[in-house]
Amino acid sequence: MNTTVNMDGSSRNTESWLPLLELATREVFEIMLGCKLEAPPATVAVRGEFTAMVGLAGQLCGLLTLRCTSRSAAAMTGKMLNLDASEVHEQVWDAIGEVANMIAGNFKNKLTGISDSCMLSVPTVISGSDYDYHSMADTGPLEIILGFEGAPISVAVEIHS
Amino acid sequence: MEKIRVLIVDDSSVMRKIVERSIRQAGIDLSEVHEASNGAEALGVIKQHSVDLVLCDINMPVMDGLDFVRQLQAVESAKGVPVVMITTEGSESHVVQALSAGAKGYIRKPFTPEQVKEHVVPLLGGSK
Repeated sequence: MNTTVNMDGSSRNTESWLPLLELATREVFEIMLGCKLEAPPATVAVRGEFTAMVGLAGQLCGLLTLRCTSRSAAAMTGKMLNLDASEVHEQVWDAIGEVANMIAGNFKNKLTGISDSCMLSVPTVISGSDYDYHSMADTGPLEIILGFEGAPISVAVEIHS
Repeated sequence: MEKIRVLIVDDSSVMRKIVERSIRQAGIDLSEVHEASNGAEALGVIKQHSVDLVLCDINMPVMDGLDFVRQLQAVESAKGVPVVMITTEGSESHVVQALSAGAKGYIRKPFTPEQVKEHVVPLLGGSK
């Protein structure tokens, strides 16, 4: 899909990026996992048992995170590999790192004027939810929460100036 | 179309499997599938095995996809083997760099089997 938002370095209206972040996320799930994301289930908080992170460096500097439950991470992996979720093991780390990587790339490619001057890091994946996370970002995260097989997943971008 | 031998280069083993599946879903029959997790490993593989096509990521540790394509030009046994980049790096400058380095095509992730077919089949010509 070709939806893009023009961006210049002097005035970033990052709120306008939320629809692009959602579109970028939905496209990755539809094209690479073959499933449509739903509205998030009401009143269910995101349990970040798996957190995949991809750094952005350059004109756009920050961090994209994908958080989900262990069960969701296994289900995503199964869909990517055409396996039952019960059959996947260590591939989970690789798979959700790649999902985060593709969302980050797809998102930045939708920001006109950014893609050429923004690089992505290789993904890092954390398992476990009992951790504190301190961001150096200037503003709060742009976050979307969507439903994947009945559970919420979170995709967030934190921007540094 | 005859069966082809392919080398898939990506630091993600999950992505290598998806790329292989997409090639098959694009209607391209594979006789051999070789894998490498970075450019340096891929150079080693291609010196030992003849292939008809290389599909290669850009962002990889040890040796990235652009350096791999540049160094591949010096490998005599790989002369004429088309390389198609498959990557999240979708900027115009990356496309230009990849094509200048010697790549014959460029596919952005996320991708469909139809996109793989569109970019790869013309490169295989009638002989494969």
